[in-house]
Order: sequence, then C-alpha cells, then structure tokens
Amino acid sequence: MATAVSIAAEREHYLNKEYGIRSWLLTTDHKRIALLYLASITFFFFIGGFFALLIRLELLTPAGDLVQADTYNKLFTMHGVIMVFFFLIPAVPAVLGNFLVPLMIGARDLAFPKINLLSWYCYIAGGILVLHAMLTGGLDTGWTFYTPFSTAFSNTAVVEAGLGVFINGFSSILTGLNFIVTIHRMRAPGLTWSRLPLFLWSHYATSVIMLLGTPVIAITLVLVVLERAFHLGIFDPTRGGDPLLFQHLFWFYSHPAVYIMILPSMGVVSEIVTCFSRKRVFGYYFVAMASIGIAVIGFFVWAHHMFVAGMSLYAALIFSILSYLVAVPSAIKVFNWTATLYKGSVSFSTPMLYAFGFIGLFTMGGLTGLFLAALGIDVHVTDTYFVVAHFHYIMVGGTVMGYLGGMHYWWPKISGRLYPESWGRLAALIVFLGFNLTFFPQFILGYLGMPRRYWQYPPEFQVLNVLSTAGSTILAVGYLLPMVYFLWSMRYGKLADDNPWNAAGLEWKTTSPPPTFNFEETPVVTWEAYNYNELPALEEVRVER
Amino acid sequence: MSEHILSSKLYWTIWAVLICLTGITAWVSTVDLGPLNTVVALLIASGKALLVVLIFMHVKYTSEKLTRVVIISALFWLLILLGLSLTDYFIRRPGLAGGA
Repeated sequence: MATAVSIAAEREHYLNKEYGIRSWLLTTDHKRIALLYLASITFFFFIGGFFALLIRLELLTPAGDLVQADTYNKLFTMHGVIMVFFFLIPAVPAVLGNFLVPLMIGARDLAFPKINLLSWYCYIAGGILVLHAMLTGGLDTGWTFYTPFSTAFSNTAVVEAGLGVFINGFSSILTGLNFIVTIHRMRAPGLTWSRLPLFLWSHYATSVIMLLGTPVIAITLVLVVLERAFHLGIFDPTRGGDPLLFQHLFWFYSHPAVYIMILPSMGVVSEIVTCFSRKRVFGYYFVAMASIGIAVIGFFVWAHHMFVAGMSLYAALIFSILSYLVAVPSAIKVFNWTATLYKGSVSFSTPMLYAFGFIGLFTMGGLTGLFLAALGIDVHVTDTYFVVAHFHYIMVGGTVMGYLGGMHYWWPKISGRLYPESWGRLAALIVFLGFNLTFFPQFILGYLGMPRRYWQYPPEFQVLNVLSTAGSTILAVGYLLPMVYFLWSMRYGKLADDNPWNAAGLEWKTTSPPPTFNFEETPVVTWEAYNYNELPALEEVRVER
Repeated sequence: MSEHILSSKLYWTIWAVLICLTGITAWVSTVDLGPLNTVVALLIASGKALLVVLIFMHVKYTSEKLTRVVIISALFWLLILLGLSLTDYFIRRPGLAGGA
C-alpha cells in the first residue's frame, strides 16, 4: 500500500497538472472551480464571523458601550448579508456540489464548464461590490432590505449592496442551471434515476429552487434600487406603492433560500450516515422524493415571515397551514436517517459526528419552526431572539454542520491527504458544544421578550447573553480548528488512498485526488446506490496524534 | 438535437414589434381606462414576454422535453407567486398599509 500511495503522489492529477495563478483563474475544471469557491466562501465566512463576534461582544453587557446604535445596525446587517448570500447559499452546492456532481455521475465535467467559471466571477464581482459598500458607509437595512426604510430613509450604501447581491444571484442561477442539465444529460451508463446518490437528488432539488427562485429576488432588488435612485412608486406608500409587496417578493425567494442552504447539507448527511452505518439508506425513494417535496412545498410558505406585517388574516391562516406541511418531508428525512442507524455498524468518525450534530440541531431548529408557523405563538415571539435562535439552528446548526461533515468526508478525495482524525473529532465536539451554548440561551431570551436588532437590553437578560457570548468564542475556536488542520494536512497529512472509507459511490472509484477528467474510462454502473452489503467493512478509522 | 436557425429578418421584426409595444404601453398610460389600466398594461407586457420566450429563446422550435419542463415549471412557479400573494391582496382589510 505504501508503494501504491507513493506512486499516487507522483501521478498527474487536477492539482498538479498546471501551476500558476493563471491556471486557476482561467480554469474550467469543476474541481478547481470548487476550490476557488472554497477559498472565497471561507474568506467571507471569517468576515461574517468577525461581525458576529463584535455583535456578541456588544451584547456582553446591557449597556450600549462597545458601539453606538447606528454601528450596531450596520454590524448585524453586514453579518447577515455576508453570511446568507456569500457563505450559506453557495457553501455546499458551489464547493462540494461543484466538486462532486460530475464525479458522482461518472462525467468528465459539468455540462457547461465555462458557465461554471462565469458563476464564480459573478460571485466575486458581487462580493467586491458588497465589500466596497461596507467600507464606504456600510449598510443598515438588515439583510432583508425592508422597504420603505431601504428605499426612502436609510443613509447607507443600499444601491451598491443591492447591486452586489443582484450580481451574486447570477452565480446561483448559473450553478443551478449547470447541475440540472448535467444530472439530466451526463449520467454514466447504468446510472438510472433510482440509482442516483441522495446527494445528487438533494442538489437537483436545490438547483430547481436556485433557477426558479433567484430571479425573483434579483428583480426585487433592482426595483429597490430603482425606487431609491429614481423615486418610482413601487413599494413606497407615499407614491402609491405597497411595502408589503416587497415582503411578498423578498420572502418568495428568501424562504426557499433556506432550503437552498439546508437541502445540500441533507444530501451530505445521507451519504455520511449510510457510509458510517454500513447500510443502504432506509427508504431511499422517500428520502429522494422528500428533497423534491421540500423544494416545491418550500415555495408555498413564504408569508409566515409576515404574520404581524399587516397582511390579511385569511392569507395568514393559509400560510400557517402550508408551513406545517413543509415539516413532513423534513421529518421523513430525519426519521429515515435514524432508521438507517438501526442495527447498522455505526462508527463515530469525524464526518459522522457532524452528521449526528446536524440531525440533532436541525430537528430542534425544525420543531421551533413549527412554533413560529402557529399564528398565536408567532405574534408573541416575532422579532425576538427566539426567531434568531430558530434560524441559526437551521442555517448554522444544520447547514454548517453538514458542510463541515462533507468537507471532512470528502477531504481525502479533494486533497489526496488525510486530516488528523483525533483533531477532527475534537473540533466537531467543540463546534457542537459552542453552538448550543451560543444559541440555546437565545431561545429563552426570545421567549422572555428580548427583541432582536437592539444594541442594549434590560439588565435581567445579562446572564443568558453572557452565556451566549461565551459560546460564540468557543464556536469560533471550533471553526478555526478545521481550517488549521486542513491546511496542515495538505502538506503533512498522510496520503489518502482512493477510498479511505470503503464507501459506495462513483467518486470513490477514481483516484485521490482525481485526474483532470475524473475517470480514465467512463464507468458503467451495474449496482444499486449504497450497496454496503456488498462492500467490505470499514476498517477502524486511523487515529493520528 | 438539431439547432433551428432563424433568419435575422425575423429577429429584427420581433424587435420592432417589441419596441412598438413599449411605445403603446407608454402611450396607453396617458389614457385613463379606469379599472382596465392595469389589465391593459399587463396584457401588453405578457405579449412581449411571450414573444421573447417563443422566438428569442427558441422555445417555439424546441423539441427538447427538458426545455418544455423548465418553461412549464417556471409558469407554475409564477402562478404560485401570484396566486398566493393574491390571497393577501384580495382579502386585506381596508385601512391597513397598502390595503384597498
């Protein structure tokens, strides 16, 4: 094996085929574009995280002593805009999806490689505009850009930031388009729809949302810019517009956007749970169709963000009922992952710890979402920290856990190296503990009535806020650790063989790291998905250092 | 999967029609049609969108099932957006922000 590994080190693959900045910036290789996205979203993640830490530091004491109210408004706005549009939405699809979709279907690349590169440039162009807006006046509208504040009152860089998010939207649309065409058109012989890995089903469902939802927010932001710059009367009631129209259009995309964040992570969890239970996923068709169900029903629920905004009670009742419906496919997934574990040969390696974290945190986030779908409770907790805790359990507890789990699971394939397993497990535990310490107190704070988006609060809320701030520093350590040991492993990590987890799936049948065109010969699939009963047992995962 | 080639004359004709329809939209906005103001503007806009989708985007000439599925899905999604939004607009109580 050592000999095979040393040969692999000298073998030509996508990382060593070409060198130099030009070879990266002009690449059309989906794997390299995935790494371009990885570097970019990591950059934005740490900027967004920096703002989060400043927010938590301000809330350490009841008085507004670290920053003034205006600065605080900008901090939570910039945290939200960066984390939602430049990290959470692209994280799993643009990094893991870009890297894995062609590998998992046995293709040489995505259907439109140049469009794939264009999507990254759209992301970067949008990101530069938003960063520039932040450095020249900032933005204080909240990530939601609500009118008429954003169009008539805010003195900050709304136009520039709005255009940045608009341009970034095209990155999402192009990625979704690429995935749909690739999955339809480029599957290897024998890879029928019923044999597709669930990661691909979830990315297919995500792509549908990206393609059909993103244009709506794009045009909505253009309308905000037009109203602000040219005083058109679209959302401004003093000019005959309707501010609730903005909220309808905004949430038509932005609620399904939560599923853009969570569905790909669900796909990651399906892969990990089956691999580390050594079992075919329980109820394959139900899990696959649940992804499609979430993508479709997710578009029927948006106005539950608007229950107290002044819309008709009749509409509120309809959206309340529909919001309960979307919990059904989500619950199917959670129950099926749990059933997959039953009598499985479960091993607690790092990706599995993140998958467990995902299942637990997503369940808590999902169940508290049902509280918010109930009209009476929603009126009580709207715009409180209960909502903040709820969506962080979904978007951070869910999406980021899935993303980190996926990064660990496929890191040997991406880099050709193994990360240090013991450090991986430690980081997973730190993230889980830090996350809960940060956000669980916020459920209580919200239920007790602490509103969101204020830079100071009554003294009786301080203990819970101190706990939350303490948790956020632990969480920051948990997020920094993987970045450190991933970078370390690229140079010093043990060389990975082609399939270190003995996992099913075409991506493990090529070399680590894969060659530029992925497979020496087009694979022919003759087996069902997750045929773990036919694969050798997983060796005890190497624990290093 | 053969590519359908259209003459440039057709493209220019469609472009001229779109410009004319834009002019008509601008002109009709100066005429008070009462409750029909919005209806007429939307009809013209829908006609323009149809021309763009059918001719410029080649949907009229495609035999691709995938393209048709995408178009039908997009229309279905538009229906969701309009239909569910109208549950609010048709039944909003007078006196509330933006209400009739």
